[in-house]
Parts: sequence; C-alpha cells; structure tokens
Amino acid sequence: MVASAWGGRMFVVLATACCLTACNRENRALDASPAETGPRAVTVSDLYPGAPAPTPSDPRAQEYEGNAQHIANGQRYYKWFNCSGCHFNGGGGIGPPLMDDKWRYGGSIEQIYASIVQGRPNGMPAFKDKIPEAQVWEIAAYVRSLSGNADKLAAPSRQDGIRAIPPINNMDRAPPTGDPTPSMVGPR
Amino acid sequence: MNGALRGLVLLAALTLAACHGPQNILDPAGKQAQDIDVVWRTMLVVCGLMYLLVMAFLGSALWRARRKPSDDALPIQSRTAAEGVLDRTLTGWIGLIVTGLIVLVSVSFLVDRSLADVGPDPLRIKVTANQWWWDVEYQGQGPSERVLTANELRLPVGRPAVVELHANDVIHSFWVPNLSGKTDLIPGRVNFITLTPTRTGAFRGQCAEFCGLEHAKMAFDVQVTSPQEFEAWRRSQLARAADPTGPLEIQGKQIFNGKACAMCHRVQGTDAGAGIGPDLTHLKSRATIAAGTLPNTRGDLQAWVADPQGVKPGTTMPRVPLTASELNAVVAYLETLR
Repeated sequence: MVASAWGGRMFVVLATACCLTACNRENRALDASPAETGPRAVTVSDLYPGAPAPTPSDPRAQEYEGNAQHIANGQRYYKWFNCSGCHFNGGGGIGPPLMDDKWRYGGSIEQIYASIVQGRPNGMPAFKDKIPEAQVWEIAAYVRSLSGNADKLAAPSRQDGIRAIPPINNMDRAPPTGDPTPSMVGPR
Repeated sequence: MNGALRGLVLLAALTLAACHGPQNILDPAGKQAQDIDVVWRTMLVVCGLMYLLVMAFLGSALWRARRKPSDDALPIQSRTAAEGVLDRTLTGWIGLIVTGLIVLVSVSFLVDRSLADVGPDPLRIKVTANQWWWDVEYQGQGPSERVLTANELRLPVGRPAVVELHANDVIHSFWVPNLSGKTDLIPGRVNFITLTPTRTGAFRGQCAEFCGLEHAKMAFDVQVTSPQEFEAWRRSQLARAADPTGPLEIQGKQIFNGKACAMCHRVQGTDAGAGIGPDLTHLKSRATIAAGTLPNTRGDLQAWVADPQGVKPGTTMPRVPLTASELNAVVAYLETLR
C-alpha cells in the first residue's frame, strides 16, 4: 500500500518535471540583447592544405536552434527580409535551395549565420548592420530547420508558406554535407 | 461606517467618471454608436422592469408564506374565485413578456437595418491589424491619392467612412467605443465596418480580441475633424518627406537608411521603402507612438528606439544596437518627419 502511494507520488513528480521541461521549448528571452560580436572564424569549404580546421562552435548556436520561438521568428523574418525573394520557400530559384543536404558554404548554424552576415559570391548580399544579430541567428535557425536539421521538439509543425515536403518537425534529418564542387558549378 | 460611506462615494464618482471620455460606449459620438445606444437603453428599461417585477412578486410570495398553512384553507366557492384571479394575472404576465420581447426584437431589427445602411459617398479606408499595431491606408482616386499612415484614423465629421478590415497574423478586433461596435479582423478574410462620426473630438480605439503578449498596448487614435481640416490633413499626408537640412538630421537619415530601421519602415521619398513596420513619412503628425503606448514626444521617441523591448516586451521591433550619438541623430531625423 505504502509502496503504491510512493509510486503514485513519483509519477506525479515525474509528470510535472516532464511538463516543466517542455516549457523550455518556447522560452522567450524578450529582454535578451546579445553582444554584437560578428561571426567568428568559420570554414566555408573543404579545400584546405593539410587537415581542415574545424569551425569553432558558438555558444549561442544551441540556444537558437533548440527554441521554437526563435525558429518561428526566423520564419517570419525570412519572409519579411525577402530571403524568399531568391530562395523561395526553401526550394531555391534565383538562389540555391535551402531544404536539401547540399551546403556550399557549410550547413552548421554558425556557418549559415556567417553567410547571412558576410554575404557570399554570386548574389547573396551581406546583411551586416541591416539585421540585428539576434534576428540573424533566428533566421539561421529557421534555415537550418528547412532541411530537417532542427531539434524535432522545437521545429514548427505548421508553415507559413507553401510547402511540397512534410512539416519540418516530421522530416528525416539531412546531415549537412559540403558541395563537392563548390566553385565549378554556376547557378543550378 | 464612515469608511464604507467614503468608499461608496468614491465608487459612485468612479462610475460617473466612466460616463465620459475618449473611450466610452455610453458617450456616443457617431451614428452607429447612437443606434447601439438605443438598443442598450431599451434593453436596460425592458430587462430592468422585468427584474423589478419578478423581485416584487418573489418578495410578496415570501411575505405571504409566513402565514400558517391552515390560514390558506379557503372554502370551495372562494377557491374558484382565487383561480380566476390567478388566471387573469398569468395572462397579463404572459402578455407583458411577449410585449417586452416584441419591443426588443423590433429595436434590434431596426438598428441592424440602420447599421447596414452605409450612406452616400463614403470615405474608403483600409485597416490592417498586425501584432501589435494598425496599418492604415486611405484609398483615394488612384495610387497618387493614397495616404499611408499607422495607428491613427482621421475622419471628417458627418461623412460615413467604410473601413475595410484585414489582419496579417492572428485575429484582432477593431473597436472605437465612441463610434461603433466591435468587428473582428481575420487573416484571409475581409470584414467591413462603417463609422459616421457626428461630432468632432479625439477618441481612442483598442484591439478587442486577445492577440498575444502586447494586446493591451494595441490602441489607436481617432481624430474627428471638420471636412476642411480633414482635407488639409490629407493634402499634407500626400506630400513626400521633407529632406533634413541640419547636419545631425542628415547623419540621422544616413543611419536610418544604412542600419536595420530601413529594413522594416517606409519613409516616402527616400530609400526606405519597406512595408513591414508602420509608415514613418509623417510620424510627427501623430499623437502617439508604438500603437498608443507612448505620447509622441522626443524623449519618448528616444526611449522607444533605444529599447522597444523595455517599453513593449515582445514587440516585433528589435533592439537595434546604436551608440548614444547615433540614437540622438536618428531621433533628430525622425523629429523632422512632420
């Protein structure tokens, strides 16, 4: 009898703990103003003399990638700042597609962040100073989620735009790979 | 006792104070609000009367029930007489209820008809609700006559205005209590509301459907002016933004266009042409900023640009990193947008 009462109590405690853990999915840091540091040194291709230098990971990456609020904001900015003007809803057109597993300049969130801030050859503008850093991180988190790389607990199940693929919290993860011939091919 | 009396006086004063003011359904300043006021008063009279009658009958029944049951044992012949009285009373009661309902239905029907009647030569305005501000567009004859503004509605007195209601993100509700009732703004659907102001003045509109964190700070100003003043205002709004002349203001314009401001805001006649945030071409002609959150003074503008998240936590305007001198220059530029 005592044991079953204990079991019941443990169940309640565990269930509460699980519920509270889920609260972090949408944790909103409204007052956050991260220091404007600019991108750290990121590697953008596999072509290196000797061993490739790894991209240093940014402590902010996990915070932005694992948070539904940030990914949802990123989705909104993606449309507002006209990312969709070239990349469309991820399928690409004028710019390369973002929902496949090919990344010309790297597919980690740090590398995507650097690509947005610095711009890239053949048409990708540099958004440094035009978009505050926190918003660039949010866009980068959303861009990464387009190929199924977001935390499945944080990725939205509903999209604002037209999608030809399953909801991004229900996609098979597409691990980022380097484009084998980054500079040899022109636009797709 | 004295405290209770003082409390009552205070409560009465507060209640009476609510009968006037820029955001009040009991102080109608438009044809539609007056119509709705008629329904409200009729309902108050009919329902209040019925309430008093029911309470009176209940009180008398309770009073009579204090008598002993044996007192009620009437002889057979007087019992028929009592039933006759009961019959007549019940018939009268049913008649009263039917009359009351007919009055309510007729008033509701007539007022609905009146609300649906737009009137001649309406002004056409498009209002789009966003989290958490109002985008306002006056649709004139062709694009050159189009006035873009935000969080403010200017109306000429006496002329009906048909407001076309859109929403960009979630459901909001358009409500100017002094002028009319509420109408929802629903994404993907267009609703209409007609406002016919009957007297000049400044009123306050408010989002009336919970729409997220800053729902409470999603208000707008309504200025009802004479037709001449309205026309003068419309002409001034059609003009492009004046070029700044002072060195600080010119620097402010460069920062505005070179930094994140121009990614969302529009200043007509300059490079800033985005339509995501409120149009700022004639920002200083408006009474408040941030959707009725702050008065439109230089100090408040500075506080808002420096830290929007501190003024209105969760607002979609981010904190843009600016140094103190950059902030000063940007606000000096915004002050020129008259």
